[in-house]
Amino acid sequence: MIIVDTANHIAALAAKMAKPHVIAAYPITPQTTIVERLAEYVEKGELNAEYIRVESEHSAMAACIAAAATGARTFTATSSHGLLLMHEMLHWAGLARLPVVMVNVNRAIGPGWNIWSDLNDSLAQRDTGWIQFYASSNQEVFDSVIQAYKIAENEEILLPAMVSYDGFILSHTSMPVEVPEQSKIDEFLPDFKPGWILDVENPITHGNIVPPEPYMEIRYSMQKAMEKAKKVIEEIGEEYGKKFGREYGLVEEYRCEDADYVIVAMAAMAAEAKVAVDELRQKGEKVGLLKLRTFRPFPHERLKHDKMIVIDRDICPGLGGIVYNEIKGNGSEIYGFIAGLGGVDVSYKDIERMYELAKEGKEGWYPTEVK
Amino acid sequence: MKTAISIPTEGAMGKTGTWRVFHPVIDLNKCIKCWRCWIFCPDAAIDRNEHPVIDYDYCKGCGICSNVCPVNAIEMRREEK
Amino acid sequence: MVPNGGEIMAIKDLPMDEYILKGHAACPGCPATIALRITLKALGKKTILIVPACCSAVIQALHPHTAFNVPTLNIAFEASAAAASGVAAALKMLEKKDVLPVVWAGDGGSYDIGLQALSGALERGTDFIYICYNNQMYSNTGIQRSGATPYGAWTTTTWTGKKERQKELAEIVMAHHIPYVATATIAYPEDLYEKMKKAKEMKGPRYIEILSPCPPGWRFDMSKTVEMSKLAVETGAWVLYEVINGELKFTGYSKRILEGKERKPIEEWLKMQGRFRHLKPEDIEKIKQQLDEKWQHYKKIYGGKE
Repeated sequence: MIIVDTANHIAALAAKMAKPHVIAAYPITPQTTIVERLAEYVEKGELNAEYIRVESEHSAMAACIAAAATGARTFTATSSHGLLLMHEMLHWAGLARLPVVMVNVNRAIGPGWNIWSDLNDSLAQRDTGWIQFYASSNQEVFDSVIQAYKIAENEEILLPAMVSYDGFILSHTSMPVEVPEQSKIDEFLPDFKPGWILDVENPITHGNIVPPEPYMEIRYSMQKAMEKAKKVIEEIGEEYGKKFGREYGLVEEYRCEDADYVIVAMAAMAAEAKVAVDELRQKGEKVGLLKLRTFRPFPHERLKHDKMIVIDRDICPGLGGIVYNEIKGNGSEIYGFIAGLGGVDVSYKDIERMYELAKEGKEGWYPTEVK
Repeated sequence: MKTAISIPTEGAMGKTGTWRVFHPVIDLNKCIKCWRCWIFCPDAAIDRNEHPVIDYDYCKGCGICSNVCPVNAIEMRREEK
Repeated sequence: MVPNGGEIMAIKDLPMDEYILKGHAACPGCPATIALRITLKALGKKTILIVPACCSAVIQALHPHTAFNVPTLNIAFEASAAAASGVAAALKMLEKKDVLPVVWAGDGGSYDIGLQALSGALERGTDFIYICYNNQMYSNTGIQRSGATPYGAWTTTTWTGKKERQKELAEIVMAHHIPYVATATIAYPEDLYEKMKKAKEMKGPRYIEILSPCPPGWRFDMSKTVEMSKLAVETGAWVLYEVINGELKFTGYSKRILEGKERKPIEEWLKMQGRFRHLKPEDIEKIKQQLDEKWQHYKKIYGGKE
């Protein structure tokens, strides 16, 4: 069935179809319409779940962690400052190996208050042990939320997963989305089997004092799971493709086969870059797009082009573009652009211009430094 | 998967009786079996048998049992070595 | 409260069940473990403990072992009540209706950093018991001032004595209109046990605060933990009461004080503790004045009821 709706409503629908037992949520722009919609599903009896109206995002994540530790499938959604407030608990979910699934609607960080798209909020969570997906369309939002559960809950992975997409550009923009039958989703997504559980018949303690050596083993186990997740993400993305007709992986390559230059972008920027690639191809330029779908685990092996142009809608102050710095050793010529922070519009024409600048050997803040 | 899961174990911190400087000794002739020593022991180191039995493997020697005994049946004695 | 046809339970009748195993990591003379032993005797096996950063996180001892024989979730300092909401929601959805989520938190995690989450969980009606074992300071980090530290007390962050009064968390909790609020202390195990039992039988948010005199933190001999707890009640420094659906009743020795029994001089309690050793006569006068004000307030409540 084709539904035309905003990414937020689509995310809420996907969460509903994944049948979480517990939702703990707190409002924040531009995420709010997700948790509003979920509250409506629960109150109308369309979704059988406990909905905890928490008093902060920190508590939202704490509640999801505790519910997951009690054996429940969980969901929450947040944005920007809400995600930053959760930061401590994101680590907690990761190290406790609890497969909480969350949607983060990317929004700039204040001050001053800025509610528009910027990827710094979720990229700042890169070391928390969460699998991170970035979606470029509402269809990808739906498909990624469903897959996120299956990947996070995989018995060899058991890590939390976050699906991120741009505030307003996606969150409040309606697009057509193909939504599968509930029965097909149920076939794809098995019941949650926790890796460990708080059970009165088997009274374990989780998280007491851990001496240095076992602590390091816990970290090592988490790293191995993250590495394994690369394979699992591709396998589950392929399985999803066979079942629903849309295949997913760690990255999406577009017209890269004979490309001299490859543009690397994420989220909505990647959708715009696709248009730029088509335009440039029409002009005879040999250029392709490499869309980064997963930022954690980071698919270095899939980012091995000789000449790459990286567009970051984020900034690590004192270092530069976050994605650029991840991959700057992967090719012989890597050009980095910082663009679109705080929701500055970046059109396909701007991306074409960045391509021209890169060919001239230029890079930097666009259009602040180079234009 | 390895995470911070721990299993209930007696002596999770080892034989905590080694922490002791003084040890309690019960005079069973005086004991009236009120069980105050048992309930107030922070270490659960007083067993309820016929009469109170101190588990010296785990008694940390705090002396609460001696302090709460209404008939002064528990004496604290310095450890020998 | 008086179960079993009016008989107050005797210590010998308290259950033999032990959920705190021997060989844990608490300091000798620790009040928190006495309180937790009695608490779990009342709450029983079907309890899930949620423990934020506090002494009890350490008392469990080292991974891969634990001294706690009920399922226990350690959680971040400020997050225990929110975690309880999560456990309660999951238990409901998974139809484990006879299992009770119980937060076991110190005063730092309750009065200060965890107050927002506590208030949130109470207000949204989470079905759980929140227990604050109050030792009037951050003892796990080495004796720092908390919102529960009394006026005048030395801590490592109030070298010349705390200049402010403690707040009354149980009274803040009462403002949430929850079914059960009670105070207790370890010197009266029967009272503590009965209050826990009563809380267990109820639904919705329940709050119990246990005064827990800490030998290293308060600077007294480790054999005197129970004595210190008893004297706190007898001097009126700690008050025993319970509030059932908004109706406040004083219990035990505190009730007797309100019925006319004289409070023991507060100096008796203060002089036993190294943390008050530096107090000048005018400080003690101020403490007495604060105490009188507090008891005037209780008398008004008590008088108004009868």
